[in-house]
Amino acid sequence: MDHTLESLEAEQHVGGGKKEIWRVTIILSVLTLVELALGFSMMDMPSDSLAKHFIKGVIIILMLAKAVYIVGFFMHLKHEVRNLIMTVCVPLFLFVWFIIAFLTDGNSFKNDKNKWDRNHEERSKEPMPKQDESTHKLE
Amino acid sequence: MSTTVTTTTGSWKGGRSPFNVEYGKLMMWYFLMSDAFTFGAFLIAYGTTRFATNGWPNPNEVFRSYPLGGSTHAPLVFVSIMTFILIISSVTMVLAVHEGHNMNRKGVAKYLVLTIIGGLAFLSCQAWEWTHLHSEGAWWGSNPFPNADGTISTTNFTNFFFTITGFHGFHVFSGVVINIIMLIMVLKGTFDRRGHYLMVEKAGLYWHFVDLVWVFVFTCFYLV
Repeated sequence: MDHTLESLEAEQHVGGGKKEIWRVTIILSVLTLVELALGFSMMDMPSDSLAKHFIKGVIIILMLAKAVYIVGFFMHLKHEVRNLIMTVCVPLFLFVWFIIAFLTDGNSFKNDKNKWDRNHEERSKEPMPKQDESTHKLE
Repeated sequence: MSTTVTTTTGSWKGGRSPFNVEYGKLMMWYFLMSDAFTFGAFLIAYGTTRFATNGWPNPNEVFRSYPLGGSTHAPLVFVSIMTFILIISSVTMVLAVHEGHNMNRKGVAKYLVLTIIGGLAFLSCQAWEWTHLHSEGAWWGSNPFPNADGTISTTNFTNFFFTITGFHGFHVFSGVVINIIMLIMVLKGTFDRRGHYLMVEKAGLYWHFVDLVWVFVFTCFYLV
């Protein structure tokens, strides 16, 4: 017997059904609303303030929580067998290294460039020239 | 049936899938994982460039318009609507899969139609936003928006925005096409003859992934 129907049989009896769908829907909506509220709250903060960085961190944590709910419940991964969960999730931990390594690299590139190429830093402090309508047109 | 036994040492002894899912669904998971790496690479490139640049445009100044809103300053409003459209269409997709478990052909068709409508609504929103930004002079290689502190910005901002939202939009588009194909097959009764709606589940996985990616794109471009 092919395992197509077997697994179908097994899948039917796991998960919380419609109740769970609505619960996750509400959680996702609430998390999105909280994210938006935080987004609005930090709008007028100076761009380098500690509070703003803190709020951005909270938003990223909420984003990851939403991802867990979508993958875990909507995509049903939480109800799959452990083997499948591991084979999908473990490779994604490479992102931890990617994010740390690449963002640090970008930051040090900026600092080095500002340090050794003063011209670059001076140029990046010039105000953006006002654009008139004609420059908006694209060729 | 012995299939209720899942993670015992016997799961690798052969005779059945150690993942307890059908082949196509497992491959869909692996495809989505590789797609996650593609999107991840894009977003990390964006983050790295942003960290390597002095100053960056303020998203609240760039994305502040909505259709028929004229020049009102309404940051985050339109994109919140887009986000909720995608979340709701994800919910209708889960409900379609749920009806598929119950072998309810009409239910699956109903929720698939709603999902397709949601996808088309999202695409329309994105089309409007792109058109609007283009009319303001933003495009690949052209960035009219100054940095948050008023200094000269680079075109990296628009390049990454259009590339990543475009790649995501293309995923939404193909998701809609896949869902339409699923709808046709449902209406023709293909899955009833087959005895299961696993194909709809696989299409559902893809659709949820599109929603998942938007969660990241939304946060990285519009919020943070």
